[in-house]
Amino acid sequence: MSDKVLMKGAEALAEGAIQAGCRYYFGYPITPQNETPEYMSRRLPEVGGRFVQAESEVASINMVYGAACAGVRVMTSSSSPGISLMQEGISYISGSNVPCVVMNAMRGGPGLGNIAPAQADYFQAVKGGGNGDYKRIVLAPSSIQEGVDLFVDAFELADKYRMVVMVIVDGLIGQMMEPVEFKTRIDVSTLKTPEWATVGRHGRDHANIITSLTLDAAGLEQWNLKLQAKYAQVEQAESRIEEYQMDDADYAIIAYGTMARIAKTTVRVARDKGIKLGLLRPITVWPFPAKQMQAYVGKLKGTLTVELAYRQLFEDVQLTLCDKMPLGWYGRGGGVVPGPQEILAAFEEQFGKGR
Amino acid sequence: MAEQMKVIYERPTSWANKVTHYCPGCTHGVAHRLVAELVDEMGLVDKTIGVWPVGCAVLGYDYFNFDSVEAAHGRAPAMATGIKVTNPDNFVFTYQGDGDLASIGMAEIVHAAARGWPITVIFINNGNYGMTGGQMAPTTLLGQKTTTSPLGRTPQANGFPIRVAEMLAQLDGPAYIARVSLDSPVNIRKAKSAMRKAFNAQVRGIGFSLVECLSTCPTNWKLTPVESMERVRKEVMPYFPLGEFKVVEGVL
Repeated sequence: MSDKVLMKGAEALAEGAIQAGCRYYFGYPITPQNETPEYMSRRLPEVGGRFVQAESEVASINMVYGAACAGVRVMTSSSSPGISLMQEGISYISGSNVPCVVMNAMRGGPGLGNIAPAQADYFQAVKGGGNGDYKRIVLAPSSIQEGVDLFVDAFELADKYRMVVMVIVDGLIGQMMEPVEFKTRIDVSTLKTPEWATVGRHGRDHANIITSLTLDAAGLEQWNLKLQAKYAQVEQAESRIEEYQMDDADYAIIAYGTMARIAKTTVRVARDKGIKLGLLRPITVWPFPAKQMQAYVGKLKGTLTVELAYRQLFEDVQLTLCDKMPLGWYGRGGGVVPGPQEILAAFEEQFGKGR
Repeated sequence: MAEQMKVIYERPTSWANKVTHYCPGCTHGVAHRLVAELVDEMGLVDKTIGVWPVGCAVLGYDYFNFDSVEAAHGRAPAMATGIKVTNPDNFVFTYQGDGDLASIGMAEIVHAAARGWPITVIFINNGNYGMTGGQMAPTTLLGQKTTTSPLGRTPQANGFPIRVAEMLAQLDGPAYIARVSLDSPVNIRKAKSAMRKAFNAQVRGIGFSLVECLSTCPTNWKLTPVESMERVRKEVMPYFPLGEFKVVEGVL
């Protein structure tokens, strides 16, 4: 029985988070994601949750930090400049080993930039942004339905590994409308308060302390090694990729999110012209699906990385495939989104007619 | 006779029985003790979450037997808001210094006070950044020499000190705002009384409460503990007067 509803992306993603068990949301207005906090402010009270409009993104992420310490499912969302302001908090949350979800509707930068779709926060999301050696899982849906589905994974992964999970989308996914189905509904009454949570002792024989501070260097190194072991486990177990039209592919486009969705049309157009083109679409950009890509070494004549940024995703592709095949790149910046034909033209320019 | 002896003074049970790292003559220990006494007396140990600052009290969580979290610099009120909203029946307090609260964390404290949600703030005003070595704070007095105002604070170069209690009392959100001093036994007793009202404002669900504590920093002031207490009385109190600046109905 189909249960599809037509929803705007930014609202569907918010509902997806609620269906995934999120009951606390803290946020600050910024375009292009305002429909997410607006929806949360209407909807969360209906399900026994709380919405708080913070005084800044700095406050938002630290309210998230507080709620995360209580072991509840909590999230915030923002767009690029706001996510920059949250980096301190994301580092502290990561250093404290508490779970939360952060969504970034990426827009053109640097600085105030604009509000058009972009993927220029890739490095910030995947490589760091805040201080210290930490990682966060980064999920990159390319449709509203996938984003809704991934929110369940986002909260499950955050809880499982006690870490920050980022969901990166852009204004295109946030602002368009699509039919969407909410397949999984988490019953929050089944979620247990973790034993590490700071919820008051209430008879517990010890106090719980949550901190990212370890003054002793050897002690902090040990803590870092524990985090690194966790990240290695995540890299081993959680990388995901979609392989589209790859069975007989001579070439592959590598793209994620909105860009991958457009590139799928490029693949179809190319195949109509007799070019055996496929698409490798990272669903997790950290952990990067390196093994899945490396399996194509010896099978592919080349890849074209396409992104709404300047050689950010491309850097991970280079690290993954090195000199194993010709690596092409095409990207647009500042919120300009190339169409399928433009990508195909870039492919043909770099790889000839693909035969 | 043994059966006639009774305990009239003891270590609070919510105190973790550890030696603190604070300097001799510093009043952090006094403020900590008052918090522990009140948590004991009001039966709050099982429902308390302390939110600790960046500053000298950064390790405050080590000294108590209740749950605690360590906030980023200035963000304790935001973190406390996130904690309180998930478990409104818990008792949530922040403990912050003047650099933490009145400089980097000014936005967070003003908005927490304006929201008026029942959280409690213990605010330590010692007129400088103690942990980082005695730099100028928002509360540093005019003329006061610090490592970043070596010739003394001037309005032209550094602006004016901020009176936090008076400023926040202008807002409609707070239920209780007071300034106390930790310089003498009589003032410490008054400080405890103010803190009890602040704790009660939260426990009774009335609203936001803050107690600003005039405190000493003998190490960075380069004074003895006794001279430091005298300085609080002679130089600090005239600029930062003691008193209750906001007491809404029901706070007692």
